[in-house]
Amino acid sequence: MDKTLTSKYGPCLAGGLIGLIAVALTHFGNPGNMGFCVACFTRDIAGALGFHRAGVVQYIRPEIPGFILGSFLSALIFREYSPRGGSSPAVRFGLGLFAMLGALVFLGCPWRAYLRVSGGDWNALYGVGGLIVGIFIGILFLWGGFSLGAADRNPKASGLVMPLIAVSLLAFLFLAPKFGENAPIFFSTSGPGSLHAPALMALGAGLIVGWLAQRSRFCTVGAIRDFLMMGDAYLLKGIISFMVVAFAANYALGTFKPGFEGQPVAHTDELWNFLGMVLSGLAFTLAGGCPGRQLIMAGEGDSDAGIFVLGMLAGAAVAHNFSAASSGAGIGAYGMHVTIAGLVFCVFVGLLCREKGE
Amino acid sequence: MSDVLTVNASGLSCPQPVMMTKKALSEVESGRVEVLVDTATSRNNVSRYAGNKGWKVDVEEREEGGYRLILTK
Repeated sequence: MDKTLTSKYGPCLAGGLIGLIAVALTHFGNPGNMGFCVACFTRDIAGALGFHRAGVVQYIRPEIPGFILGSFLSALIFREYSPRGGSSPAVRFGLGLFAMLGALVFLGCPWRAYLRVSGGDWNALYGVGGLIVGIFIGILFLWGGFSLGAADRNPKASGLVMPLIAVSLLAFLFLAPKFGENAPIFFSTSGPGSLHAPALMALGAGLIVGWLAQRSRFCTVGAIRDFLMMGDAYLLKGIISFMVVAFAANYALGTFKPGFEGQPVAHTDELWNFLGMVLSGLAFTLAGGCPGRQLIMAGEGDSDAGIFVLGMLAGAAVAHNFSAASSGAGIGAYGMHVTIAGLVFCVFVGLLCREKGE
Repeated sequence: MSDVLTVNASGLSCPQPVMMTKKALSEVESGRVEVLVDTATSRNNVSRYAGNKGWKVDVEEREEGGYRLILTK
């Protein structure tokens, strides 16, 4: 199995399996077209921890710590655990924050954008279009000499921080402690946060996907980047396989519902579906990979990816505390403002961050 | 042999190691190019790119960590 996962068929195999697992998780309780959504799940975790108080999106999604721990264990077993960091961490925090804000204007990370299309939610076509445009803008910066600088090797123990955070989150989920009256840990009783597959099943799914993605380098942003930049379809085949299998599974289970109106956890504002994902696609490209890939690299010991993930967590809090997150009813009161602010931030990062001598 | 081109892509995020390798290989038609990377992902990406361009790829693990890719053509 490992030989196949690390061969040229790896992304294809991993993508297909991840697509299947995603639809299974939806079947067993996750919200519609949300088998996996790194942005939505991180937002739910931020809510459960009380970083925002949007009562309908609060739950410790075990898939997220599962990704980190699955990757961590896989990296240990295959001797790829390699603690590193120090490549513009503050900028990466900002990129994570704005990537999350863009994703919550659209209502999904790139993983969910593809899953939404596979489930027949045509609003997500604007999101995928925006993602491609955002990645292309990132490529222009890369061609212009953009770089966040080199990371250094770090002490072995430094890579344990994100796995420890993952274990702590699982403890909060399974022990459900209460830190005072009207204090976390919060669990939604209605809305998307209340919809979830059984916790152990979701954790198992997260661990398996963490392992599959660590071995195959499955990346939903790198796939488009490499294809546009170099004509390299290696990772792209993983996304195609992911979408085809998710579509087939949705079709078989009767959850393929084509159309624009009444789609689960989605709105129909074409422009902001598009622009939200332009922002996300650009931020992910400047940071070197999609949000799932950032979790996987964090599990491998990459502190810069860990900082990006913490930036996403902060972005989720900002999105809800500052009325910037969208809902099924449409975009938030300040969704446009944060999207524009994020695009300005990313353009400055793209223009100003370059390697010495470039 | 002094005409060994060395590309130090250690610590850089995707896709910079492949971009740097691409630039180096476009400057030399043949010979020997060494690429330093620090993660298995970059090792695989650079190996795949160079292999597709007809270069022979040998991988050495470096004592200080990371990999030295020796590309010859």
